[in-house]
Amino acid sequence: MWEGAMILTNTESVPGHDIESVLGLVQGSTVRAKHLGKDFLASLKNIVGGELRAYTELLNEARTEASRRMVDNAISLGANAVLNVRFSTSTLTQGAAEIYVYGTAVVVVKREEGG
Amino acid sequence: MEDVRLLIALEWALPVALLLLGYAVGRRRERQHMASLKERERILSEVLVTNLKGLPAGWQAGEAWLERGEVVISSDAFKTFAARLRGMIGGRIHALETLVERARREAIVRLAERALEKGATHILNLRLETGNIASAPAEGQGMVAAEVLAYGTAVIARQK
Repeated sequence: MWEGAMILTNTESVPGHDIESVLGLVQGSTVRAKHLGKDFLASLKNIVGGELRAYTELLNEARTEASRRMVDNAISLGANAVLNVRFSTSTLTQGAAEIYVYGTAVVVVKREEGG
Repeated sequence: MEDVRLLIALEWALPVALLLLGYAVGRRRERQHMASLKERERILSEVLVTNLKGLPAGWQAGEAWLERGEVVISSDAFKTFAARLRGMIGGRIHALETLVERARREAIVRLAERALEKGATHILNLRLETGNIASAPAEGQGMVAAEVLAYGTAVIARQK
């Protein structure tokens, strides 16, 4: 996967690196149906309480997918890192959520030891 | 006559039974979850989680990456009922406070666990995002669930 090739952080720099150039905003998003009310297991959980694992998993996958799209965007700009990454979720219609992730694409270089 | 009485009894008995079931099972599950959180939160002594933007003085940064922890926890029938009742008169809804607290702590612990697995020593700039507590109130009976995302920059650092 893209992990390792691209550095993602939600701070304004990469620890131990210097920013060489700033390339601009990159973003990725995906829309998922929540299907919460229709899910039989979820309705049972709504009686006894507890984690909705399927839903946690759904959101996890959605965020991975959105991040992947953002990273594709950053790669096309020639970046090697995306800084100040933010996640946001918005409800579009009943039962559909948009997962949106954005950040600033930059080129970073590793700082010399002791420098 | 008998049939009508039976019907009325059923109509009342079922929701009450669900409430009781929700109360009994929900409370037990909440206690178990709180106990498990207390145990797993010891991990936070191994990974320093802060919402500061940089490392503390005296630490040399190595690798850094974005780490996530997320969870969706459903309310139980009793909590939902209590919340609806409270919603009518206003005031503090203790039942939902503990629900969101559990979700938040769980998300942070998962974040720390995943980061530690890859050798992180610090998590910087922790951000917490809470989703809809009550989602999709279709036909008046929506699901009540707390959805929390915790994310931050995991760093492998060593002392200078």
